[in-house]
Amino acid sequence: MSDFLANNGGVFFALLGAAFATFFAGIGSAIGVGKAGIAAAGVLSEDPSKFGKVLIFQLLPATQGIYGLLVAFLIMSNIGIIGDPVEITGLQGLLYFAASLPIAFSGLFSAIHQGNCSVAAIGTVAKKEDQMGKALILPAMVETYAILALLISILAIFGINAM
Amino acid sequence: MAMLKMKRINIYALIDHCDDILETLQRRGVLEIENVDIEDSVFFKEDTSSIQAQYLKSSKTAQRAREILSEYTKDKKSLLSSFKGRKPLSSSEYEKLVESSNDTLKAAYDIVSYKKNIEQNEAEILKYEAQLDTIRPWLSLDVPMTFSGTASTTAFIGKFQGKKSSADILNSLAEVAPSVEKFDIDIVSSDENQTCVLILCADCDADPLSEALRKIGFEYPSYQSLVIPKQREKEIIRHINNRKGRILENENNIKSLNRYKAPLDFLEDYYVMKAERYAAFDEASVSNNTFIMTGYIAENDAIKLKHYLEEHYDAEVELEDSDTSDTPIKLKNNKFSEPVESVLATYSYPDRREADPTSIMAIFYYIFFGMMFSDAGYGLVMALACGILILKFKNMEPGLKKSMKMFFWCGISTFIWGMLFGSFFGDAVSVISNTYFGVAPPAIPGLVVPIWFNPVTNPMKMLMFSFLLGIIHLFTGLGICAYNNIKHKDYLAVLYDVISWYLLVGGAILALLSLEMMGNIAGFTLPPVFLTIGGIMAGIGAVIILFFSGRESKNPIKRLLKGMYGLYGATGYLSDILSYSRLLALGLATGVIAQVFNQIGSMMGTSVIGVILFCVIFLIGHLLNIGINALGAYVHTNRLQFVEFFGKFYKGGGREFKPFKINTKHITVKEEI
Repeated sequence: MSDFLANNGGVFFALLGAAFATFFAGIGSAIGVGKAGIAAAGVLSEDPSKFGKVLIFQLLPATQGIYGLLVAFLIMSNIGIIGDPVEITGLQGLLYFAASLPIAFSGLFSAIHQGNCSVAAIGTVAKKEDQMGKALILPAMVETYAILALLISILAIFGINAM
Repeated sequence: MAMLKMKRINIYALIDHCDDILETLQRRGVLEIENVDIEDSVFFKEDTSSIQAQYLKSSKTAQRAREILSEYTKDKKSLLSSFKGRKPLSSSEYEKLVESSNDTLKAAYDIVSYKKNIEQNEAEILKYEAQLDTIRPWLSLDVPMTFSGTASTTAFIGKFQGKKSSADILNSLAEVAPSVEKFDIDIVSSDENQTCVLILCADCDADPLSEALRKIGFEYPSYQSLVIPKQREKEIIRHINNRKGRILENENNIKSLNRYKAPLDFLEDYYVMKAERYAAFDEASVSNNTFIMTGYIAENDAIKLKHYLEEHYDAEVELEDSDTSDTPIKLKNNKFSEPVESVLATYSYPDRREADPTSIMAIFYYIFFGMMFSDAGYGLVMALACGILILKFKNMEPGLKKSMKMFFWCGISTFIWGMLFGSFFGDAVSVISNTYFGVAPPAIPGLVVPIWFNPVTNPMKMLMFSFLLGIIHLFTGLGICAYNNIKHKDYLAVLYDVISWYLLVGGAILALLSLEMMGNIAGFTLPPVFLTIGGIMAGIGAVIILFFSGRESKNPIKRLLKGMYGLYGATGYLSDILSYSRLLALGLATGVIAQVFNQIGSMMGTSVIGVILFCVIFLIGHLLNIGINALGAYVHTNRLQFVEFFGKFYKGGGREFKPFKINTKHITVKEEI
């Protein structure tokens, strides 16, 4: 068993990392977008003309899922699941797995909280339409941490690649 | 970078000219009216709210009539009609429409009453249809439903719940009233819900039968037709057809007024304009023959307005400089930076005593947006779309036009950055060339190979560049802070609050860059001498901050503690600079997602179907990517401006200049001066 893992584990762990990145960040975004969507639909029932505005708020927590996808794609193309086949060692695989963790978990939680923040911001826009700009900044603050996590994940993947 | 100089204006004029003057002011839209609070033996306030309400009612009627018209006739409305903006009318067109306004208003009332008539008839049809439903089970009855019997018989017409046969009823009756025998049951109709019956009996048995029927659940129907049901049905159908005819007639009447669509739009706006003129008049003080108005006006409009009013209406116009904190702010910027004013406005208008940062912000705004979106193809799409819309719809609303212009410039910047980074719809050119032609594409700079470098393969370089831009952005912010302080002649504050931070942050960066550890990340190291220079600079900066950032406190201990807290603000600079790493992250996101879609598309093979699938995936994928990443770039560019940049110098809190102007939905009036 250990022989098998040592010989073939690299690609498995790397793919597990890719799965984590899409999986957790995707869950976060789905929850966030879902919550914001519910709030947005409520506003629309009163004032359908705000559709464009509330849609933007609903989309804000969608980015984490995309960041997860991005990291997963980078890992998959580096380990040869997409594109030309590459031999990778067990250690490299584990490193890819570790590299996926920042965006997986930062994405999960930041998307949920960004969703909550978007819900509140949608409430702001429903009452004070002209405060759109300010209301937009507040959920964007939460996203910072997803971006930082994405950065670390990407830099780590590029680093492993160069090793 | 400018705020217009504002003047306070007082207008004194004869009340006879009041209407004309207000109309002039409204059309020019250059004056913000302020309430004149003079009430004494001569001057008083006039209450025009009832007149305003009257006009608003007329406007509402016109609007309602217009809605009814679009309900019954087709409106030409394209997908892009929201870009169209209001229709400008020349003075002669305007006069012509005003002349026919009474006729239009009459049409509006006609349309509304036709519609009311239609609604009444529709309600009646519903009522008749309900009657028809109740009468339907009785159609085979050949006597009126109120038929009570012949000379020697009594009739019971009614129903039972559920489906029953005459045997069922006979059995039930036999149980309850065995003595009653002489009667005849005729089932008129029967279904799952109810059984309608006609029961005929001799007069002598009427009372006991009635009692017995009640016991076994016999009910009289809720609606009783006075004539034979068949005949009543015919009557009802005739009534319904009659009502339908009337509805059709009214609908045709409404359709025949189709030509009033444009005049009704005008009328709605015309009465709103009138009402708003009266609302403006409420702000003035009037005497028996004169009135006074006051407000704010930009200096360059003031003289023109003064001449015009004095020449045409014998008015006396007084101008004085206004520099109080209550004076509203009107921004004036060149074509390149003007579009960003709306971004500034979403944060806050500048205070009268600080500089308008729009033009400096605009430069960074376009740069940052371009870096985050960073794809030549996307930039081209965005710039073209905005450019075409601006050219096609000349009357676009000013606010929308500003946004369009802003995204046009953002698109240009995105295009340039995309060429520098070698991204054109991701790696579309290479993918298409490799997949379908089997050869590597020629190294076209910008489209295939980057003009500068590719951030996907060299992210550290991009990260360092992002930080560099961030530091420039932050230092520019500090520079504006210095400019504001110099403007207020607070020269020491420049040293304490600006230069100290330049020294501390700049010195720290120099020192860091000469460390070997940072050299590994940055890819270069400064000579060791910079460690000393940077250290000394940072030290001087830190000392200044420590002793002077709490200078408003008299107590030396308190002052020192405040100084230490000020020094703690250095961590803020660290996080501010790190925040610019989003330039790299979002740029990478755009580029890599674009590549993902290209790759998925190319997996579909080289057959005809494969090519079609590739096109579909390419279109949908890149549209999706444009949408989500343009939103990201917009939001995060705003954030970098609002949080990092404005945090260094911007106070805001100014009041936007809101002139009295034509505030309508469909039309504007061209001002011919």
